[in-house]
Amino acid sequence: MYRLLKSGRVIDPANSRDGIFDILIGDEKVLEIAPEIKEYPEDTDIIDCSGKWVLPGFVDLHVHLREPGYEYKEDIESGMKAAVSGGFTTICCKANTLPVNDNPVVTEYIISRAKSVGICDVYPIGAVSKNLEGKELAEIGEMIRAGVVAISDDGNCVYNSELMKNALLYSSQFGIPVSDHCEDNFLKGSGVVNEGRASIITGLKGIPSVAEEVMVYRDLVLANYTGGRIHFDHISTKGSVEILRWAREKGIYYTAEVTPHHLLLTEDAVCTFDPDTKVNPPLRSEEDREALLEALRDGVIQIIATDHAPHDILSKSEDYVNASFGISGLETAFSLVLKLVWEGKVPLEVVVRALTINPAKAYNLDAGHISPYSFANVIIVDPDLEWVVDPSKFYSKGKNTPFKGWKLKGKVVKTIYRGRIVYEFGGDT
Amino acid sequence: MLKRKDLISTKDLTREEAELILETTFGMKEILQREVKKVPSLKGKTVATLFFEPSTRTRTSFELAAKRLSADVVSFTAQASSMTKGETVRDTVKNIEAMIVDAFVIRHRSEGIPNFIAGITDASVINAGDGKHEHPTQALLDTFTILERKKKLEGLNIAIVGDITHSRVARSHMFLLPKLGANLIFVGPKTMIPKDIEKVEPRIKVAGRIEEVIEDLDVIIFLRIQLERIESPLISSLKEYHNHFGLNLTKLKRAKKDIIIMHPGPVNWGVELAPEIMNLENNVILEQVTNGVAVRMAILFLLLSSR
Repeated sequence: MYRLLKSGRVIDPANSRDGIFDILIGDEKVLEIAPEIKEYPEDTDIIDCSGKWVLPGFVDLHVHLREPGYEYKEDIESGMKAAVSGGFTTICCKANTLPVNDNPVVTEYIISRAKSVGICDVYPIGAVSKNLEGKELAEIGEMIRAGVVAISDDGNCVYNSELMKNALLYSSQFGIPVSDHCEDNFLKGSGVVNEGRASIITGLKGIPSVAEEVMVYRDLVLANYTGGRIHFDHISTKGSVEILRWAREKGIYYTAEVTPHHLLLTEDAVCTFDPDTKVNPPLRSEEDREALLEALRDGVIQIIATDHAPHDILSKSEDYVNASFGISGLETAFSLVLKLVWEGKVPLEVVVRALTINPAKAYNLDAGHISPYSFANVIIVDPDLEWVVDPSKFYSKGKNTPFKGWKLKGKVVKTIYRGRIVYEFGGDT
Repeated sequence: MLKRKDLISTKDLTREEAELILETTFGMKEILQREVKKVPSLKGKTVATLFFEPSTRTRTSFELAAKRLSADVVSFTAQASSMTKGETVRDTVKNIEAMIVDAFVIRHRSEGIPNFIAGITDASVINAGDGKHEHPTQALLDTFTILERKKKLEGLNIAIVGDITHSRVARSHMFLLPKLGANLIFVGPKTMIPKDIEKVEPRIKVAGRIEEVIEDLDVIIFLRIQLERIESPLISSLKEYHNHFGLNLTKLKRAKKDIIIMHPGPVNWGVELAPEIMNLENNVILEQVTNGVAVRMAILFLLLSSR
């Protein structure tokens, strides 16, 4: 089976490519990329991509697939379908399942389930500590052998600094990063919204930005001290950006991600008490949002990740205080950040890089580029297509999005995974 | 009449709407002084009080207000704990609504529940206090009490003393008093005053101690110290709080003679206020309670009579 993607605008920052190209795919792999491919086998399926963009399949380092244990929120199959409909062909799933992915048995289960669905690559992230409790190290080496690509205690910040130091030392031996949700437990307390405008107006308990910042600083100095690799989950504050900028100048190696919702929304959205705006870290101030945009532009933050956190309806209805944290993000991510491109806030090349080669490099994944003899994980985007976010049409079981009803321009219309079309807009996966 | 379905916050109340409520309250107060304290204005209407958090005082005040206007009143108390057994707020509200009611008076320990309920019912929703969010009828009754005593609001210096961060009353005042032209000052330990509050409402001033501001004050409102809401240590002891942030006669000596002292109740005597304040002319705490009924009559009347 051959496919020819004809005359699309190929944007592939990993190969410094941005222009009109043809791409010939044979079986699972890319065979040729050239301005015009004239010779191809007779039975080739020709896809006219003129007026469209052709990008490497996106890579998301921060996804919650909920399986095993919380299949009523999402399962591996529904999560993977959501991923490919958002243009992601590589996703990394966090360890906060039931049981927790803190041992190779769970790792192997996730990988084998994902393989049987087979529409995108799924790489599990193992726990740093047993049962995410922050006390003893999990079986990190065994999980790496089973296939985890990073370790993280997910929503639980590794609050014990000695454990964090050991996790950085130990994981560095295996060449994988530790990713941390930076948040001081005591400063957070039972907070649910940004401490500032949102907490002042709503009375909801605030989470101060310094709760994140003290841990960002701690992790950087620990990474510098141990030589370990630190990846920062969902950076949300201006102060964190300033600390990261300091680290970059000092030559401390790190990678950092930001979510589409922190780039697009501020704490003003919270004042409606819509539980779908409840997310951790919380939506911050406009000043924070601007700092995040600047950090993305100048590379202080290199990665866009969704923190796709699907929830069932009951976990997200009525009571803001007791609602679960999280936004179902895979299916809106790209169109949302594209809005920032249309508004002139971030260059397209930066956005594509932050969704492809940068996350792939951070977790040592062979993904996020279109190169000869590599797997053909490619997406086609219609930049002019206007659509309205309708959660009832999500492939994800999680309909929890604060972007419901938003009108967006530009959408992934086809996703190709290892040469196969696994998603088509208007069709079925 | 108020051209709105609900009264959930003073934040979304316009100055004109607030003034209409206050004007109407004068008329309602007059009814309360008659021999027959009842008018047929809301005959045939039904008001449901739905309290997910216990409160005898506010609920009694609302029930009496509705009865003085000849509305029928039904009262529901729902333990928040029963919700974990399956009944949601939505179920509770929808069940009561099915019995045909015109208004819900809601109290809940979680912020935003009245907003949620307002979105799922056609009945009017009146917020009787939601967590630390707002308590608009308390702010309006306080404001009415001030207006009655001082004959104006414009230019008055009004301080609120206490745990501002954890107070729904303070939040409702924050969006009401500046709108009506009063100068509002928050006083208390820094651990109890939201950081950067002036960025949200630039007309508010903040002071650390009563002594810094007392000479200029026309009104001083004390908030109850709610120890159950305080998770992390914000103050070291009640004794220290009283000595530094409470009101006693020594501090009061420096105030204007006609300063009025208010408190939404119940007072922790010896904490917010020294017991010797109890019998002073300046203490208008019981007037606040009487006015509470009148303000709630006005609000019920303005929301329901044209529905």
